[in-house]
Amino acid sequence: MGATHLPSTEFDETAADDQLEAAAEAQLGNPAEPMVQLLAPDGTLGTDPVFSAYAERLDGEKLCGFYADMAKIRRFDVEATALQRQGQLALWVPLTGQEAAQIGSGRASQPQDYIFPTYREHGVALTRNVDLAELLRQFRGVSNGGWNPKDTNFHLYTLVLAAQTPHAVGYAMGIQRDQKLAAAAVGVDGALDRPAEPKAAVVVYFGDGASSEGDVHESMVFASSYNAPVVFFCQNNHWAISVPSSVQTRIPLSNRAKGYGFPGVRVDGNDVIAVHAVTEWALEHAREGKGPVLIEAFTYRVGAHTTADDPTKYRESAEETLWRAKDPLDRLEKYLRAEGLADDAFFEQVKADGDELAAYVRKTTYDLETPDIRTAFANTYVEAHPLVAEELAWFEEYSAGFAETPERDSADPDEASTGVAR
Amino acid sequence: MTTMTIAKAINEGLRATLDNNPRTLLMGEDIGALGGVYRVTDGLLAEFGADRVVDTPLAESGIIGTAIGLALRGYLPVCEIQFDGFVFPGFNQITTQLAKMHARSNGNLTVPVVVRIPYGGGIGSIEHHSESPEALFAHTAGLRIITPSNAHDAYWMIRQAVECQDPVIVFEPKRRYWLKGEVDTDSPGASADPFKAHVLREGTDATVVAYGPLVPVALAAADAAAEDGHSIEVIDLRSISPIDFDTVTASAKKTGRLVVAHEAPTFGGIGGEIAARVSERAFLALEAPVIRVGGFHMPYPVAKVEEDYLPDIDRILEALDRALAY
Repeated sequence: MGATHLPSTEFDETAADDQLEAAAEAQLGNPAEPMVQLLAPDGTLGTDPVFSAYAERLDGEKLCGFYADMAKIRRFDVEATALQRQGQLALWVPLTGQEAAQIGSGRASQPQDYIFPTYREHGVALTRNVDLAELLRQFRGVSNGGWNPKDTNFHLYTLVLAAQTPHAVGYAMGIQRDQKLAAAAVGVDGALDRPAEPKAAVVVYFGDGASSEGDVHESMVFASSYNAPVVFFCQNNHWAISVPSSVQTRIPLSNRAKGYGFPGVRVDGNDVIAVHAVTEWALEHAREGKGPVLIEAFTYRVGAHTTADDPTKYRESAEETLWRAKDPLDRLEKYLRAEGLADDAFFEQVKADGDELAAYVRKTTYDLETPDIRTAFANTYVEAHPLVAEELAWFEEYSAGFAETPERDSADPDEASTGVAR
Repeated sequence: MTTMTIAKAINEGLRATLDNNPRTLLMGEDIGALGGVYRVTDGLLAEFGADRVVDTPLAESGIIGTAIGLALRGYLPVCEIQFDGFVFPGFNQITTQLAKMHARSNGNLTVPVVVRIPYGGGIGSIEHHSESPEALFAHTAGLRIITPSNAHDAYWMIRQAVECQDPVIVFEPKRRYWLKGEVDTDSPGASADPFKAHVLREGTDATVVAYGPLVPVALAAADAAAEDGHSIEVIDLRSISPIDFDTVTASAKKTGRLVVAHEAPTFGGIGGEIAARVSERAFLALEAPVIRVGGFHMPYPVAKVEEDYLPDIDRILEALDRALAY
């Protein structure tokens, strides 16, 4: 493809621009580039020598479920964006356009798997049964987390790009050791003495922008060296805020896996059936001890990077139009209708369920309680810490002075600072 | 009681933690067959196998980052960073991830990772092998930082670090790795709390606070001062975060004069923090300003001139002279 041309040794700005443009065009849909696609934008189902077998596991009920999930998370996205515009959230990170990549991969995971998201994986959160209202805590500024990852095996969002990728590999190395410990029946705690648990793997999400971070490289080296059961799931949504993916890579990102010695697959990220099939294959590969896999889900961030972003400053609306024609929901709707798997009543119900979810999320957001800063004192360390205790004691005394002093600017400066007024 | 070097004491402490809990594992560059560049992990690969003494790829961020993941899965990783100056590729993982995981999860997650860092100069080494970056980590809430100055503490501190549920960085005084001392492997005795400072020598005229590699220097300076008729109290700080201000303040109130010595540059360093806190707590008891002895505001100098950079007995005595002159 055009993107593989090496730049000339003498820098020629015009030529470089041409190359970037060529690369961008190629990435926007070079038919020569192999990409797993089962459900075409027109709603017709194709075949793949490897992955059709996985797609055949899906019945009408599951496909309808995928559609319902995608519609639900898109409706949630609209509601969260509205909440931000109304000042109820500090920021929102929209996912519209990436529903198939997230629902397809999330639904391929099993409860015993552990998921490390970046910060846009609201769709994956839905598939892991995270309460979506809890998801908004971080964006409302009442928590840096919001949910307990132990409940759903869905880790906290990580905002330092790619920092979660080595965590995922380490977690996968832990799974490997758990299996050996269980096999050797060398338990020091009860958890290790339980009957054999289902084999687990890890999925870690990151984007085309984060793929340039050193942590992704180091993670892939570690994963390869130790054959760790981890699936690297890269959503190439084409834009790292304002910088196109052609600046992050001159080759398909999935090709990078070759350099580390494990399989890489580029999948149509707007095709929920293909994404599900490829991820299911990759997770089985990992769980069976065959090592890591890189999946590049080729998709598009239809909206802005965040509610603080303005895509009109850096990209053409024609590009957005091009991608809207590849919409993940539209194509599945066409397929479900054509196959007689869903009717108007189904789609009306999906819409009603989405509105219900939106109302729930809105109400719950209003009700999210502002935490007490004392919880921040309490959670800085696990074990008692003298400096934290000292600063908390000072804060209590300082606060108590305000609480019991009628006027903030007391005539006696000692009264407020010493808490004498108590 | 057994006599052993600090390096051997850490080795024995690691062996004990590996023996005690199958979920403890060591990670780092060259820690397996070689036993680490300082041989601190010597013999442990043969004894515990490659799943528990893990020679990692040469990537510090990857070492800390995968250790965090292992900790999330219930393991107790002990990471070796080969040299102080090479911790920085892992700085992001330590400060933005390891330090904050418990807080940002609202207390739901714990990441009891231990990071061992040989630190300090005086070994005639090349660039990036002689630094003292402890203040950069002490400034980050969520981390605990300890540093042994003797073999007994070295043995117990590594065990206590592994048992601590918070992330702990153990700064190991590399030029003292071969310093021998008595170790009681049956009981920590007075070293039961790794976050408590020790008064090593009692005195009445002034206090010198030091930690890690400068503790023997501070003790020698106190001996020299005694010859001039000055009674110097010496405190081994042991823990850099948290700092045992109770012990330091009590001593400052008693002697009225305080000198803090470390190899790290004085500007923005631990000495400044101690000076500020002690000034707040013991202002009226102080007979002199708190005086800092430390490195200069420059990149660690070349080995041939490091003697002019590193605090030594005379530098501490000069600071004591200034304090006693008030």
